[in-house]
Amino acid sequence: MTTPAADPAVLPPEADDPLAGAPHERPPGVAGALRDLARGLLGPILAIITALAVGALIIVFTDPNALDAWRGFFSDPVEALDASWDLIATSYRALFDSSLGSQRALARTLVQSTPLILVGLSVALAFKAGLFNIGGAGQLIAGAMCAAWIGITFDLPLAVHLPMALVAGTVGGGVWGAAIGFLKARTGAHEVITSIMLNFVALRLLDYALTTDTFRRPGRTDPISPEMPGSVRLPVPIDSFRVHIGFLLALAVAWGCWWLLQRTTVGFRMRAVGANPHAARYAGMGVATTTVLSMTIAGGLAGLGGTTILLGSTPRLTGGFFASVGFDAIALALLGRASPIGVVGAGLLFGALQAGSTGMQAKTSTPIDIIFVIQALIILFVAAPAIVRTVWRVKDTRLGAGQRFSAGWGAQ
Amino acid sequence: MTATTAPAPDPRPEVVEETGARRHALMVAGLCAGVGIAAVVLFGLTATSDQVSTLLMNPRGVDTIPNVELPTQIAAFVLGFGAVLLGVQALRVPNPKITVYFGGALGLFALTLVVWAARDGTGAFYGLISGSVARATPIAFGAIAGLLCERSGVINIAIEGMMLAAAFGAAITASATGSLWIGLLCGVLTGAVFGAVHAVISIRYEVDQIVGGTFINIFALGMTSYLAVRVLARYAELNRPGTFRPFQIPLLVEIPFLGPLLFSQNVFGFLMFGLVFFLAWALFNTRWGLRVRAVGEHPRAADTVGIRVRFIRYRNVIYGGMAAGLGGAWFTLGSAGRFDQNMTNGRGFIALAAMIFGRWHPIGALIAALIFGFSEQLNDYLSLLDTPIPSQFLLMAPYVVTIVVVAGLVGRPRVPAANGQVYKSGG
Repeated sequence: MTTPAADPAVLPPEADDPLAGAPHERPPGVAGALRDLARGLLGPILAIITALAVGALIIVFTDPNALDAWRGFFSDPVEALDASWDLIATSYRALFDSSLGSQRALARTLVQSTPLILVGLSVALAFKAGLFNIGGAGQLIAGAMCAAWIGITFDLPLAVHLPMALVAGTVGGGVWGAAIGFLKARTGAHEVITSIMLNFVALRLLDYALTTDTFRRPGRTDPISPEMPGSVRLPVPIDSFRVHIGFLLALAVAWGCWWLLQRTTVGFRMRAVGANPHAARYAGMGVATTTVLSMTIAGGLAGLGGTTILLGSTPRLTGGFFASVGFDAIALALLGRASPIGVVGAGLLFGALQAGSTGMQAKTSTPIDIIFVIQALIILFVAAPAIVRTVWRVKDTRLGAGQRFSAGWGAQ
Repeated sequence: MTATTAPAPDPRPEVVEETGARRHALMVAGLCAGVGIAAVVLFGLTATSDQVSTLLMNPRGVDTIPNVELPTQIAAFVLGFGAVLLGVQALRVPNPKITVYFGGALGLFALTLVVWAARDGTGAFYGLISGSVARATPIAFGAIAGLLCERSGVINIAIEGMMLAAAFGAAITASATGSLWIGLLCGVLTGAVFGAVHAVISIRYEVDQIVGGTFINIFALGMTSYLAVRVLARYAELNRPGTFRPFQIPLLVEIPFLGPLLFSQNVFGFLMFGLVFFLAWALFNTRWGLRVRAVGEHPRAADTVGIRVRFIRYRNVIYGGMAAGLGGAWFTLGSAGRFDQNMTNGRGFIALAAMIFGRWHPIGALIAALIFGFSEQLNDYLSLLDTPIPSQFLLMAPYVVTIVVVAGLVGRPRVPAANGQVYKSGG
């Protein structure tokens, strides 16, 4: 029913995409490359700074002491500004200290960012194929459940057990994602609707699983699974720097995603379908197959992300197991402009924010939820460069247009 | 489908149509029969002939109609057989509607379950139905919020965030002022503000509407949780809004069963029914409704005849925010009497599902909301009766049926054609 011309599903993708053709002339040499990099980073960095600034305002204007100082603004304006500045400085200082300030803090950041990178890659890869994977939460839960089942049921040496659990987690997430891809390819059901719905199906399924004898911790009535045995836990290679190998795995997977997208036929098909499904179909590519395959890989990545939480930092299943990571992943895929390297960078940043937020709460009693506000604002400012442009008076061309990832429910 | 291409000559069009319709009728009949047989096998055969189910038909303290006592097994057989009969009937009418026949069969199945669960016991049937209506209220408001936006062409997956923010706004203002009505008003205003934000970022800044919705959802969850810890934990008196008392409409409340069900509710129940029926009329019978639909279906055409596309979209998204605000206020002022972190707990997404399931129509959305509310309430009903059915699967039902609906298995819904598309005038 939709005509190709009426389908604005996918506008030309970002400038770093070879499919889009040469976006602008790049001056030769290292200097040119650096300038390109700086230009590419300008938007995200301004978005982050703006979000942190708005976050700072929220912190100040909800802090009782700072508010007291502001009440006396007209008698003593310096005092109000001083108190506010102090509060912001201590808050963000604490955020920094407990995310990057020490070796232990850094290790925590890297561990936090591991699942974020993996689930972020899932969202990014789907973006590239023209799909909005809002279902990271469901896929990571499905993956973690499969991995947990392997972990609980079998008793094997680490060399066998751990790879088995990782594969099971990936497959579990992959199946959950494939369902979305299949429904989209076969029936045209919009992936955003089906993935939201499958998120909740996965959550309920997890609730149910945690009431069964297979998953419930013996002797407990609350929804919690047994601890994962040592033979499936991700090993920590360096004792003094407690980062499990899941982080290296995430980096390797990010490289793999880049390789898949940029260096293989399958990846080219994905990007072609993402850029313009009608042209891809005309060129003889199997759009349906590519859609299913993209969602399967995306689901697998999210499932692996959930598995690294389960086998790394939090070795037990609980109700609602880290579903929020699925939404963080959307933010960081946007921030990373859906490129694997960008996702790694954004994942590290979000990992640092989340690792640091606990320290900030301990030191300044600023609730950790401020981090979600900041993440939400980052989404907004990355998606709407016009706002950032207005705030910082940057010229249009430097930031590029906002990204579009999805068409309406109706368009297929 | 276009006017320029002549229809391809089809050798035997009526035969093709005939077999297609035949297959459809057979599928509907098969589904009905399957459900009926399942009811007989699962419930009829597992009950014994001496078991009796008692269903309470009145609210507490009222005694207008006698409670119903049914022999469980016979009731299950009759109801299951009824579902099979529906299937037979589906074969006899031309082009049977799957929603009517299969929906009816599923309804009979649910009724069988309700009766069966109360075998050798007493089931609070009235409580089940009235609880379903209460639980349907925020879902219906949310679905209205969604369809107001989407009928004008703006995707709204931010219902959850809007409701959560409004729940917070309503609770804190009602506690601070001591007036529930001011709280309700501020809840609606909070919804309107978030609607306006959604409108500005999706219409003015042309941000992808799903990204914009995700922003609002995360922002509202983060902000309300932050403020709940920061403000409500410190000043507990700001989190005691109280709840609206139900009031009764005289005379009408005397109707057996339906009277107390529909005419003895708090303000949210009346508003919900009023809004649904008003919109069902207004969307299809007023100039406003025509313009909204024109903008949602074909903005270019609407623009050509002088309708201000962006203005209508702004207005509708803000209206949608207000409807979500009512739904949000229900959580704090209509039900819990306090604000808790993430208290909407996915209801906004169930509302989204209800909007889709109800095919972007207010009445459809209400019916969907009632069904989803029923599936939540059935869960409570069954747990009181100690049945071995895992409640999680009942809670899953709304999501699964939505997937079935969008997959087109029961007739593809008609989506507003311009939904989610940025409109640039001039061009």
